Amino acid sequence: MHEVSLMEQTLEIAIAQTQAQNSTQIHRLKMRIGELSGVVPEALNFAFDVVTRGTIAEGATLQIETVPTICYCSQCDREFHPVDAYIYECPDCGNLSFQIRSGREIELTSLEVS
Amino acid sequence: MCGTCGCHDEHSTVHLHTPDREIAAIEPHTHPHRSIQVEQSILAKNDKIAHQNQHYFADRHIYVLNVVSSPGSGKTTLMTKTIDRLKDRVRVGVIVGDLATDNDAQRLRSTGVPVVQITTGTLCHLEAQMIRQAAEQLPLDNIDLLIIENVGNLVCPAAYDLGENLRIVLLSVTEGEDKPLKYPTMFKSADIAIVNKMDLAAAVEFDRPTALQNLHKLAPQAEIFEVSAKTGLGMEEWCDRLLQSCRSMANLSEECNR
Ligand SMILES: Nc1nc2c(ncn2[C@@H]2O[C@H](COP(=O)(O)OP(=O)(O)O)[C@@H](O)[C@H]2O)c(=O)[nH]1
Ligand SMILES: [Mg+2]
Ligand SMILES: [Zn+2]
Ligand SMILES: [Zn+2]
Repeated sequence: MHEVSLMEQTLEIAIAQTQAQNSTQIHRLKMRIGELSGVVPEALNFAFDVVTRGTIAEGATLQIETVPTICYCSQCDREFHPVDAYIYECPDCGNLSFQIRSGREIELTSLEVS
Repeated sequence: MCGTCGCHDEHSTVHLHTPDREIAAIEPHTHPHRSIQVEQSILAKNDKIAHQNQHYFADRHIYVLNVVSSPGSGKTTLMTKTIDRLKDRVRVGVIVGDLATDNDAQRLRSTGVPVVQITTGTLCHLEAQMIRQAAEQLPLDNIDLLIIENVGNLVCPAAYDLGENLRIVLLSVTEGEDKPLKYPTMFKSADIAIVNKMDLAAAVEFDRPTALQNLHKLAPQAEIFEVSAKTGLGMEEWCDRLLQSCRSMANLSEECNR
């Protein structure tokens, strides 16, 4: 994925939020990245270093929380975390699920600022 | 890093600095690191515009396709042939995203329907905002079916909803049976998966049962069509399916599915 442009958009939101709180420095950004989002966390980390250079987030820490994929089986009325990365088979009934409840997240969750 | 003095205290939310040689001018001080809850999706802006697009097109009774694949799977060829078959029955318009050239736009224009090209430059996918702007250049009052050919890429377009009714992912037999497994996000988000270039299946020893099984297991939600845009194999079935959806749209009242 185009992690650099995603990181630029993330930083834009982060800076706007920081300034809205009359703060001048970002120390930490927390993001939630879904397993199925297509985003590669290492690439995001690399992009972070590049994109924050010369900004109020320079030197800040990027903390990435990976959000596991959660599917729903309508047959069993239950949620499950698929064992296989690609084939989402319900562990109880074996049906293939296509109701994905989480795993696509690309979110900025919180900031630590001063 | 602390904005006042440049220290690297990352752990405490309140910290105390004492002057040292480099920051001699600064008095010992404390300053709180405050936490801001943001909880915002980076794609929220695109999602919002996509949702607006959905209403914008529904209000005009326009059925919208978003066609995605790797470069060379046959999007332009398949859409050109699809338009040729359907244009006497539905009024078609096209938006085509291309990194640099207008070759695809020209090929699509040969069908006689209106085509707007979006040159994306280095951008690897189309976004909802670009669709809205491009659509304004089309004679929307005379369009029932809007076909969007996305940029050749199976990663990024998966994350960018354009406000389409149908997301179509194309795969050609020359790309191998396990190709979908490398792009789960895209295949899991598709409504229809089309296996193209079936005319080459024997030549490339395409393992049809394995490919169809992989596709079905990975994307159980997707309807699967096997076609050859070149020879016309399977095209009637695919075009009938599309026509049916278009017609149901024409009778549809504005409804919001989100
Ligand atoms: N043999 C064969 N070639 C095809 C078929 N569909 C497309 N092609 C060829 O594949 C190449 C790429 O097609 P194009 O439509 O430009 O793919 P796009 O990049 O996905 O838009 C072209 O040389 C087409 O002529 C097909 O069904 N069979
Ligand atoms: Mg093309
Ligand atoms: Zn089940
Ligand atoms: Zn991209």
